[in-house]
Amino acid sequence: MREVTTTERAGRIQIHGVSKRFGSQQVLKDIDLTIEPGQVTVILGPSGSGKSTLLRTINHLEKIDSGHITIDGEYVGYRRKGDVLYELKESEILKRRTDVGFVFQNFNLFPHLTAIENIVEAPVAQKLWSKTSARAQALKLLDRVGLADKADAYPRQLSGGQQQRVAIARALALSPKVLLFDEPTSALDPELVGEVLDVIKGLARLGVTLVVVTHEIGFARELADHVVFLCEGQLIEQGPPAQIFGQPSHPRTIAFLGKVL
Amino acid sequence: MSVLKANAVSVDTLSYTASISPATPTCGAPIPLRIVDVRHPGRWLGSAFAVAVLLGVAHSLATNPRWEWGVFAQWFFAPSVLKGLGQTLLLTIFSTLASIVLGTAIALARLSKSPLLSSLAWVYIWFFRSIPTLLVLIILYNFAYLYDQISLGIPFTDVVFAQWSTVDVLSQFTVAVLGLSLMQAAYAAEIIRGGIIGVDPGQHEAAAALGLSVRRRIFRIILPQALRSILPTGFNEVIGLVKGTSIVYVLALPELFYTVQVIYNRTQAVIPLLVVATVWYLIITTVLTTLQYYIERHFARGAQRLVPLTPMQRMRVWLRGQTHA
Repeated sequence: MREVTTTERAGRIQIHGVSKRFGSQQVLKDIDLTIEPGQVTVILGPSGSGKSTLLRTINHLEKIDSGHITIDGEYVGYRRKGDVLYELKESEILKRRTDVGFVFQNFNLFPHLTAIENIVEAPVAQKLWSKTSARAQALKLLDRVGLADKADAYPRQLSGGQQQRVAIARALALSPKVLLFDEPTSALDPELVGEVLDVIKGLARLGVTLVVVTHEIGFARELADHVVFLCEGQLIEQGPPAQIFGQPSHPRTIAFLGKVL
Repeated sequence: MSVLKANAVSVDTLSYTASISPATPTCGAPIPLRIVDVRHPGRWLGSAFAVAVLLGVAHSLATNPRWEWGVFAQWFFAPSVLKGLGQTLLLTIFSTLASIVLGTAIALARLSKSPLLSSLAWVYIWFFRSIPTLLVLIILYNFAYLYDQISLGIPFTDVVFAQWSTVDVLSQFTVAVLGLSLMQAAYAAEIIRGGIIGVDPGQHEAAAALGLSVRRRIFRIILPQALRSILPTGFNEVIGLVKGTSIVYVLALPELFYTVQVIYNRTQAVIPLLVVATVWYLIITTVLTTLQYYIERHFARGAQRLVPLTPMQRMRVWLRGQTHA
């Protein structure tokens, strides 16, 4: 079996037979999923269905027990030699992670650094930006999320929505091929959800592959190219939003959508 | 009777609602009501007591001739006392620096995923927290009895790069610094570990997700945040160490306390010389406490929406208010 990677646009994620258990609990069961480059994929499912875990395996924040994940043909967290996958050294994992941005539910901004310092930290550490041009580059990103005037504010001086927008700018700073969003609006006041979703919508037009775990059905319906439904660690249904929301086939999907729509 | 009472209540309620009703429709319209703060007679009593205590102490210090303030003044800046003070400061500085470095290493080892390394760190902490400082110092001082040579080489082979005589290496001062550092490191390690554990695990994850190296994650992201909780207890330890250095008098090392003892054994002016030492210890602690305030303030960046003013800034604001008024 050879990986074929003949995509012009980068950021194709392939998940093959991925399983994961925490102690006695099976959180992911034999997941197979292909995410096309530049597309917006929304992962839906009841809480505890393994959505976040699946997302975290894509940048090796969570190790998997079996199966494998590739991004543009490169194994996430492993190097393949023959039929054996060797786990990468920490430094190599870190290097590959720069291709994959992650936006957390609780933002996880570094509270002791200002907004702009949060953004500059990683690209300067990895020598993607020079120290002299870093500020200008970071300001451009802050401007894109509409926060150029908050460059020198500390996270705690910002609203939740603003913090999440800074976190998105921080993830963008490494020019990732893939951006993963783990319930990016769940910790926000309803009033602030819109501003974050608007920023994500803007990104969808840039051609970055977006994978979003969310409960915002309206957002999924409007923006997703592909919707995946997880339940009890299993991928039970996937397809374009029109199909999933219009004619869901699995009884569990129908029950879930009946509650949230 | 009961009817009367009920009437009274209803009248009361009526007048109450009548008096506030004009305020309810307009939001924040000014009603000139006088505000009277609650009085605190207890506070006045407490203040009077404090004044009495302060006056009493001051009066007794000033009038009791046995304090011998003349002798105090004579010895306070005496060269031998200053030299002892210097030794105390050097002991504190070296032991603090060494214990921070060693303590950080032990804390990280304790948090390591290697069970052996983590156990080794645990054993170190267990051992040095179990035995008195005095014992460590005396054992180290007699180290030459156990090992008369100290050599640097490859273990289990005959390869030796350098060799020293233990007696030469372990002078009083080296033994003192070594003993104090080894002890302090055990406590420092636990304080630092506590600080690191206290940082939100999401911070580790976010830093890892951004591809930051382990080193950078620890020194740029985790430790600066951990320092906020490490500093107060850390300074406690340093201040404890300043006074703890007095224990090395058992090695006849002429630090502040030992020097003072030597002098009063000769001059018999016990109290004034103990006061000399007391005042110097007070001064060191005051400087350290001030330092602590500013360092903590520095690391509070981002923790509060507004950084509190320093006492100097507060005084300037107050003075400006006074001059304008």
